[in-house]
Amino acid sequence: MRKYFVPLAAVATAMFLYAPIMIAQAPYESTMGLVQKIFYYHAPSGMVMLVSAIVCGVASAIYLWRGTPAADRVAMAAAELTALFGLIVIVTGPLWARKAWGIWWDWEPRLTMSFVGWLISVSYLFVRKYAGPGSDKLGAALAIFGSVNVPFIYVSVNVWRTMHPKTTVVPSLQPGMRGPFWFSFLALLLLYLLLMTARVHLERQRTALDELYLAEEDAS
Amino acid sequence: MIRVAWLILRKDLTVEVRSKEIVYTTLFFAVSCVLVFAFALVREGRGPEDGAAGILWIAVMFAGNLALGRTFERERQSETLRALLLAPASRPAVYVGKLLGILVLLFGAELLLVPLVALLFQARLLSHPFWLTAIMTTGTVGFAAVGTLFAAMLVRARSRDVMLPILLYPMTIPVMIGGVRGTVALLQSPPDTASVTMWIGLLVCMDVVFVTIALWTFEPLMTE
Amino acid sequence: MIRRLLTMTLTAALTAAPALAAQPPAGQSEFVPISQLPPADQLPAAPLLVGAYAFIWLAVMFYLWSIWQRLNKVETEMRALAQKTARR
Repeated sequence: MRKYFVPLAAVATAMFLYAPIMIAQAPYESTMGLVQKIFYYHAPSGMVMLVSAIVCGVASAIYLWRGTPAADRVAMAAAELTALFGLIVIVTGPLWARKAWGIWWDWEPRLTMSFVGWLISVSYLFVRKYAGPGSDKLGAALAIFGSVNVPFIYVSVNVWRTMHPKTTVVPSLQPGMRGPFWFSFLALLLLYLLLMTARVHLERQRTALDELYLAEEDAS
Repeated sequence: MIRVAWLILRKDLTVEVRSKEIVYTTLFFAVSCVLVFAFALVREGRGPEDGAAGILWIAVMFAGNLALGRTFERERQSETLRALLLAPASRPAVYVGKLLGILVLLFGAELLLVPLVALLFQARLLSHPFWLTAIMTTGTVGFAAVGTLFAAMLVRARSRDVMLPILLYPMTIPVMIGGVRGTVALLQSPPDTASVTMWIGLLVCMDVVFVTIALWTFEPLMTE
Repeated sequence: MIRRLLTMTLTAALTAAPALAAQPPAGQSEFVPISQLPPADQLPAAPLLVGAYAFIWLAVMFYLWSIWQRLNKVETEMRALAQKTARR
């Protein structure tokens, strides 16, 4: 992954520069008009956020049961990215909702549980930073509980009658909208992988620094 | 395993009966909580519509947070948690024992809180005791299951007093939503039994998931 | 005493008179429905769209910058530590 980082970063930048062009050429949606185009970044960001939450949960489970330090680094990185993409979803959603629904927010199942999922990822970051010894395992348990939330978030719009568009919207996209959507999704997924690589690298350097400190203490 | 859990529960109850510290402080805190809400929200002698359910559950969660903190603080002070873990008892049994102790405490608090809230907010909470018990039990178990795990984990952590609410409240918001919505449905006249059953079902689902995960993760978490 | 009271009442009445005379226009007597808001009243969509995309860019840029900062700090510390051990 390290070797390909710079070329892939260039590809990602190019994709992000081209995406608005594709989105501008996509047809308007009949009831929502121009503001619906927020969908092309809002929905993929939501998908990436859920993927990241699952990655964090799985990595935490591996860390908790096997003790692999690499899994802990991945979990930490994934939690930060869940918080980042979650924030993107929580900000772009209301901007769309204000025009489409007339209100900024509604306490309906998907919005509430997405917000709760975001809060859990933020509380994970607090725990890792401030809880002192044992915070790695504590965070791991938190992440496992949090990842249980993910299937619920996904399914909630289909089970309950809510204002939020259902998940059937994506498979049933018309050709004009399909292109920009999946292109944006790939761009955001690539961005996610690149950010994960960078963040895990930072964690690895921190671990190396800690080991250097320990070695220095042992030597003196 | 059940024997171990029962022994731990008995130990906690014996210690508590002698000092009664946690029981009294938790109950008093819960009552003060409800009173604060009563004074803040009551206008012209009437509480807010549908406010009783929310206030009841908030009081339970705040009191639960306090009780969890105090119970495990006591464990930390005498290093008894380490002793428990060193004992040849299965870890999940230790967890279940602690969970049962917290549940006894919270159910006791609820026995006091439910009539108090019903009285202060003129909510007919006590007219369907069977449904109410079901909602309160499933909701409290969900909250306590997560709370016991987190509080046990935090025993050796720094800033544990502030960490417990930070960790506990986002995780137990779904449980609280279930509890409140179920109680609100019950308070309708006539009670919306379809909704109540649905919320109880959801709460049972959450309880099963939370207790299962807690039982799985308690062992690796408590090992150094 | 009575004079003072009479003067106060007269002053009050005289200052209130213009306010009372300038009455607001009469309220609506009935509501008239329309199916679509006139364009002037509709929320413009473009600022919301641009705002959403701008936020995403800013958030990602800020995150990249924060990783870069933290990485720099760690690498500076590593170099300082390596120098200290090398000197010994």
